[in-house]
Amino acid sequence: MFGLEAKDFRLLLLVALLTMAAPFILNPFPVDSGMAQFNAGYPDLMQRFVIFGIFAIGFNILFGLTGYLSFGHAAFLGVGSYAAMWMMKLLTMNVIPGILVSVVVAGIFSLAVGWISLRRSGIYFSILTLAFAQMSYSLAYSVLTPITGGETGLQPKVTDPRILDAALTGNAPKANLFGLEMGSSTDLVMGGWVFTFNVGYYVAAVVMIFAFYMSIRIFRSPFGMMLRAVKSNQQRLNYTGLNAKPYTLAAFVISGMYAGLAGGLMVAMDTQVGAERMFWTASGEVVLMSILGGVGTLIGPVLGAGAIKYMENILSKINKDILYEWFAFLPDGLQDFVITLVYPFIGKGWHLTLGLIFMAVVIFLPGGLVEGGQRIAAMFKRKKPSDNTPDGKTTPAE
Amino acid sequence: MSKMNLTRRGVIQTGAVAGAAGLTLPTYLRADGHSGFTNAPEGSSVTLGFNVPQTGPYADEGADELRAYELAVEHLNGGGDGGLMNTFSSKALQGNGILGKKVEYVTGDTQTKSDAARASARSMIEKDGAVMITGGSSSGVAVAVQALCQEAGVIFMAGLTHSNDTTGKDKKANGFRHFFNSYMSGAALAPILANNYGTDRKAYHLTADYNWGYTTEEAVRTSTEAMGWETVAAVKTPLTQTDFSSYIAPVLQSGADVLVLNHYGGNMVNSLTNAVQFGLRDKQVNGKNFEIVVPLYSRLMAKGAGANVKGIFGSTNWHWSLQDEGSKAFVQSFGTKYGFPPSQAAHTCYVQALLYADAVERAGSFNPCAVGEALEDFEFDGMGNGPTLYRGEDHQCFKDVLVVKGKENPTSEFDLLEIVEVTPTSQVTYDASIFGGELGACNPGA
Amino acid sequence: MEAIILQVLNGLDKGSAYALIALGLTLIFGTLGVVNFAHGALFMIGAFCAVTLSRIISLSHEVVDETQTDFLGNPLKVEVPYVYDWFGQAAGDTIIDWAVPLSIIFAIPVMVAIGVLMERGLIKHFYKRPHADQILVTFGLAIVLQEIIKYYYGANPIPTPAPSAFVGSFDFGIMLGFEPNQIIYPYWRIIYFGFAAIIIGAVFAFLQFTTFGMVVRAGMADRETVQLLGINIDRRFTLMFGIAAAVAGLAGVMYTPINSPNYHMGMDFLVLSFVVVVVGGMGSLPGAVAAGFLLGILESFASMREVLNVLPGLNQIIIYLVAIIILLTRPRGLMGRKGVMED
Repeated sequence: MFGLEAKDFRLLLLVALLTMAAPFILNPFPVDSGMAQFNAGYPDLMQRFVIFGIFAIGFNILFGLTGYLSFGHAAFLGVGSYAAMWMMKLLTMNVIPGILVSVVVAGIFSLAVGWISLRRSGIYFSILTLAFAQMSYSLAYSVLTPITGGETGLQPKVTDPRILDAALTGNAPKANLFGLEMGSSTDLVMGGWVFTFNVGYYVAAVVMIFAFYMSIRIFRSPFGMMLRAVKSNQQRLNYTGLNAKPYTLAAFVISGMYAGLAGGLMVAMDTQVGAERMFWTASGEVVLMSILGGVGTLIGPVLGAGAIKYMENILSKINKDILYEWFAFLPDGLQDFVITLVYPFIGKGWHLTLGLIFMAVVIFLPGGLVEGGQRIAAMFKRKKPSDNTPDGKTTPAE
Repeated sequence: MSKMNLTRRGVIQTGAVAGAAGLTLPTYLRADGHSGFTNAPEGSSVTLGFNVPQTGPYADEGADELRAYELAVEHLNGGGDGGLMNTFSSKALQGNGILGKKVEYVTGDTQTKSDAARASARSMIEKDGAVMITGGSSSGVAVAVQALCQEAGVIFMAGLTHSNDTTGKDKKANGFRHFFNSYMSGAALAPILANNYGTDRKAYHLTADYNWGYTTEEAVRTSTEAMGWETVAAVKTPLTQTDFSSYIAPVLQSGADVLVLNHYGGNMVNSLTNAVQFGLRDKQVNGKNFEIVVPLYSRLMAKGAGANVKGIFGSTNWHWSLQDEGSKAFVQSFGTKYGFPPSQAAHTCYVQALLYADAVERAGSFNPCAVGEALEDFEFDGMGNGPTLYRGEDHQCFKDVLVVKGKENPTSEFDLLEIVEVTPTSQVTYDASIFGGELGACNPGA
Repeated sequence: MEAIILQVLNGLDKGSAYALIALGLTLIFGTLGVVNFAHGALFMIGAFCAVTLSRIISLSHEVVDETQTDFLGNPLKVEVPYVYDWFGQAAGDTIIDWAVPLSIIFAIPVMVAIGVLMERGLIKHFYKRPHADQILVTFGLAIVLQEIIKYYYGANPIPTPAPSAFVGSFDFGIMLGFEPNQIIYPYWRIIYFGFAAIIIGAVFAFLQFTTFGMVVRAGMADRETVQLLGINIDRRFTLMFGIAAAVAGLAGVMYTPINSPNYHMGMDFLVLSFVVVVVGGMGSLPGAVAAGFLLGILESFASMREVLNVLPGLNQIIIYLVAIIILLTRPRGLMGRKGVMED
């Protein structure tokens, strides 16, 4: 089906089903319960899951297949965002031109960066990409302020030209798809549960499913085989008379375009762009997402992206008061003790949890979350599944 | 809640039960805004969103902001000693929550990054139903979140943000700022500098290379040049710079006799430390003592720079050693609860929370447009800054500005700054149109 | 002319900080083949050794002073350090004043212990793993260490001044026949430079002239052969890790008076020090040192206002620009070996 083998098609179908049903899957707890804190099914986070999923899928095409570790991919995401934002300011608040232009601009930029950086390999390549990204960040934050907005970034304004749109009256312009606003949602209330269906999320989700499909095609194509050959033994490839550079450059540009697409979507979902989107920590984040999920696997990067974004957005919002509410059933002394134990890991301490999880995953699951999933699956095959398996709420597409 | 069934299976089972029960339970599709504005509070409580930096370099400032918000919530709900509610000139607040609804809050981490701050604010609006967002410790974040709130249709009460842009070129109808700005710093500092250092001075500016730095440099330059100072040079320094030696070493060669550090946070702590290290303050240039000026001070930064701040002039929004009734009440209330005096960030955040609550009471509604109207051109007193006006044209507060100096003999680790002068409002007021930008119309959301 | 001399001085000073961190990174990479993203965190922990020691030295008890009031109007509680009680106020002040140099003695065993612990407890399991795994696990460790420090010391910078004897600056200009105040340089920064030179020299001498160093160098070149000779190379490598950690830690201790330490100072240096190492050439100790000084000096020149007037924003990108140019003209950095970290 769609030129995919049965196994890959099943995976694609599963991902499609899970992304479509994400508003249900991610909101497993009733709104009024204490566990509602862990619900991730609100538009912003769902959008971030799929957008960073796209970013990580693209990164994995480069890193997972060729082994070239780029430390500057956030620059392409940022450039894509700026391009999309300027399209919205100048042309129209319809997201289509913005997203298309963001992919094209990021593609051109990654062609230039890749052309130069791919002259070197290994860590020398990583540092070259890092250098380009850091230069983009520094310049965007400072001397390019007239174009990038610098510290305060860019937002659409009522006074923007938007030559294709009808004149606005008063309110802030909103991103839309032929009039359908990205921010508009419909809530489905069922008993204690509320499920939110957001237009922007579904637009982004459809794009992600397409991006995922493209990535399967690339993985399974002869081109993908060539890229794997680059990773396993570039020298041998050269001896057979093949030049690896066009292949790696193509992979670099494709993954740059994925990053640009993610950047364009970010602006489409949340009309704002700032330079820190290109800082090295943002580039590092996508590396961590890939490794955390499982490098070189199809679904791994998406899982990694989901896990990191979930922690960033959910853990950081738990504060001491919420802890007191949760542990209210404990006797006073014990309650304080438990809270003292838990408190350093949540709220302002969410970085600590993140660091510990990185370490734990690399130490115990060298293949990332995908390996964890496989081990659990293997356990299931041997014996009857037990009730205490980790639940899948951390990710939209498990 | 005594039994939490956390497993996936358990969840699916309960989910299935509820799904089946859903046929009999009232199941309906809900579109936003059947109440006329975003997140209209239902039931007996109202949720506010406190969005402050909890990780990254401004985490301590954020922690202090959060303490202030928690105190404000306590006071609004009738707990504690009531704090500034006793001295506030408007008596609309009863200590029974806001409009009789108990105040609840959610917290988030801005990470001092606009993307993270917006993600956190959106989760408060979309998931927790927050009707107002407040907090933050940088202008980049303030402008980004303000634009978001405008779009979403909730009120944004800015925390610590000092750039002219927040209520200048990037102002929004749903956004309000109590904190002062670069222009006011320049206008308040210049006369004091002229009095203390004379009108014949040559200034050398080091400026953080981003929007806030630009506006601050410009403000200080314009106002000091009007006093007769000459600007010898202005050099921009990268935000990520940690060692400023190569920027400070050439200062003496330029013939300048005053160094102005348009830096904030870690940048300011490091550049000031470096400047003192070079012994600039012991030097004589053009027959005068070499001086250093820091336009924007905060107690936390002064703490980071340690003894290096002694005798150095700067401006600040508020300081705990002020002796008016409002400030005393706030210091008393905050100090009793937490054991140390509040920072200016804590003060502005506390005041913003109270001002919002008061505006809702006076408007009789949580509707952002009604609240905005109640805040616009609102005049009040007793909040620690003297008589204050929330100007309608740009949603900026106009109040006295403090000029402070690093204290020579501090008695405790909090006693780092002393107030040199309280510059009256009239001297720092400007025309709303000079920074451009447009408020637009208020947006109540759906 | 004065300006150029001054920026060379600045460059040497900055360069020595870069070179020290890069040296430690290269030691770990060269001996163990591990990419250590936690190296910046070791630098930061070194700095907090100084903070900790100065806190220990100035441990105080409270004495109520009825004549003064605190911010709430209660009688002021004055903190009196125990050293005042033991040695009298003058001697006590001197001890507190010299906290940073004293920390060197404190930091060496602490850092070596942390280094050895880290290697035995974590890093040794990652020798055979891909570099990407090493990066992730050490990065995770860096975050954890950083967050622990933040939990106890807060996020605000903590001032740790140099002894008052070293406050102020030395006037080189007069020595060279310039006007006074034209070329001044702080005493502490001169000390930092000298200190870095000594450490770098000591590490090289240790590797070059001792048997231990010879074995380690042999192990760096060909680990298996050395093991086949019956030498326990692992134990020596563990110790090298400890030494590298101590180098980073001492760099941190001595850096505290230059800039008030904060919990994320390691991350600020991390990327820069990797650029330095790579520009120097992976696995080359002299390369790391040379690249450190080169980038330090070029960064200083790029921050001169004469340069910035012509090329605004150059100071923002100079390091990366130089890195790109060097890596394009010299494929393995200044002194890199062929085949190291190229795949």
